[in-house]
Amino acid sequence: MLFLRNVDIAYGRIRAVRRASLHVGRGEIVALIGANGAGKTTMMAAISGLMRPAAGTVEFDGADITRARPDAIVRAGISHVPEGRLVFGPMTVEDNLLLGSYCRHRLGRASGVQEDMERLYAMFPRLKERRLQAAGTLSGGEQQMVAIARALMARPRLLLLDEPGMGLAPTVTREIFRHIVELRDAMGLTVLLVEQNARAALRIADRGYVLETGRIILQGPAGELLANNDVQRAYLGRDLDRETQPAGGAA
Amino acid sequence: MDVSSSLQYLFSGLTVGATYGLTGLGFTIIFNTTGIINFAQGEFVMLGGMLAVICQSALGLPLPLAVLLAMLGATLIGAIVERVAIRPVRTAPPINLVIITIGISILIRSAMMLLWDKDTHTLPHFSGTDPITVLGATLMPQSLWILGITAVVLYGLRTFFRRSIFGKAMLACAHQRKAAWLVGIGVEGMVLLSFMISALVGAVGGVMLAPMTMTSYDVGILLGLKGFAACILGGLGNPFGAAAGGLAIGVLESFGAGMISSAYKDAFAFIILLLLLFVRPSGLFGKPEVRRV
Repeated sequence: MLFLRNVDIAYGRIRAVRRASLHVGRGEIVALIGANGAGKTTMMAAISGLMRPAAGTVEFDGADITRARPDAIVRAGISHVPEGRLVFGPMTVEDNLLLGSYCRHRLGRASGVQEDMERLYAMFPRLKERRLQAAGTLSGGEQQMVAIARALMARPRLLLLDEPGMGLAPTVTREIFRHIVELRDAMGLTVLLVEQNARAALRIADRGYVLETGRIILQGPAGELLANNDVQRAYLGRDLDRETQPAGGAA
Repeated sequence: MDVSSSLQYLFSGLTVGATYGLTGLGFTIIFNTTGIINFAQGEFVMLGGMLAVICQSALGLPLPLAVLLAMLGATLIGAIVERVAIRPVRTAPPINLVIITIGISILIRSAMMLLWDKDTHTLPHFSGTDPITVLGATLMPQSLWILGITAVVLYGLRTFFRRSIFGKAMLACAHQRKAAWLVGIGVEGMVLLSFMISALVGAVGGVMLAPMTMTSYDVGILLGLKGFAACILGGLGNPFGAAAGGLAIGVLESFGAGMISSAYKDAFAFIILLLLLFVRPSGLFGKPEVRRV
């Protein structure tokens, strides 16, 4: 459903992503992992139209969206939950969710917004309790839920999730990830997930891509990536050298 | 001081204050969408009055048509300002944009002086000049027009920002611009719209005030500063506060001029502003920013 082909993305003269290609199939959860500064967030920005690739194409559902504006991309069915959540701080949780449905209001009223909001409140009961509170005063985990719920209010077919676990306690991250799987299973949502916590991301993903200094160096089913020695060493914090040493250095 | 003269000060203060309030509202709208202070706001007020004068006296159009055209003209100029001067540099830091608006204000003022003239003009009152006498004080019908229209504009804007999704979307652009793009708000269009609404609101103020106080190419400087004082006094970003701040400044100015000395009339607004800012830096109705990270 989403294809990136040979995408180059540059900040001025610095190329952050080089000749990256990836695809996401309908109903899949795909994880994009890599170290800080590898270009993960940049790739997300290129998909949602916040940045324009210097070369290559982005295709969604058969349409070329490489140069489309962000609002047109939202209407096409892609919602992006940005890194750092970026909730509308002084506004209530309810207004944040309502604004999520903005793309459906083009010609005045939109139908089904109230129902969608109730459905999301059922999924995130904590947001319902706090629906009249300013979103900026919620805890990090709650703000992440607001950001995800806001993105879902656009009724996307593809959800881009950038670092949903950033700055959150491990239990909260687990809760958020559980919701992501739930969304895919219940609503048939397709998810492209960027995460520094590679282990947690690969556990819920179907497939994964590993990005290193702007290049995709590895891809495959999530299980294989989890078992891959290079991935384990670089991103899962396993020290293979030390593990092999007590055995007499044989390798 | 007797009742009739204090009532007189109150009437004239409210009348002028309403225009300060409308100017302040203009500042508020652009600030709420872009986070910048548009120092060309006073020129929109001037344009309202002067364009109406041009349409009415030079082109010989009937007053209602002249007023309408002046408001449309100012709105159009607001749109041009955004497209030509703001959008090409939209990624610049706010302080640069603020300085650009100062440049725009000088440009609009000079253009009006060169293309038209430096004289002071007046506009006929909307519905005659027969004063209404209230407890010995006189009230011009134009004052009622000014207060009434200000109330309508204020209520309309409040409803727009509080109830409609488009108004909320405009606010969202200032709170978190990137997220506004990501929920599908066309941020550039919203910024354009905010300049147009601000210009319109400013022009409404200018066109209503012109019959009372006369107008010329340079009335925008002081009106702009007073309007700015009004919205700071009321709490920047709060439309209701801007209007209330404008009324407060107008009334205090009028009493100060009447009771102390009219020589210091223009100083009162700023003295009040300074005193208030020492006590309440976020304005009368402003809330200090609450943020949790």
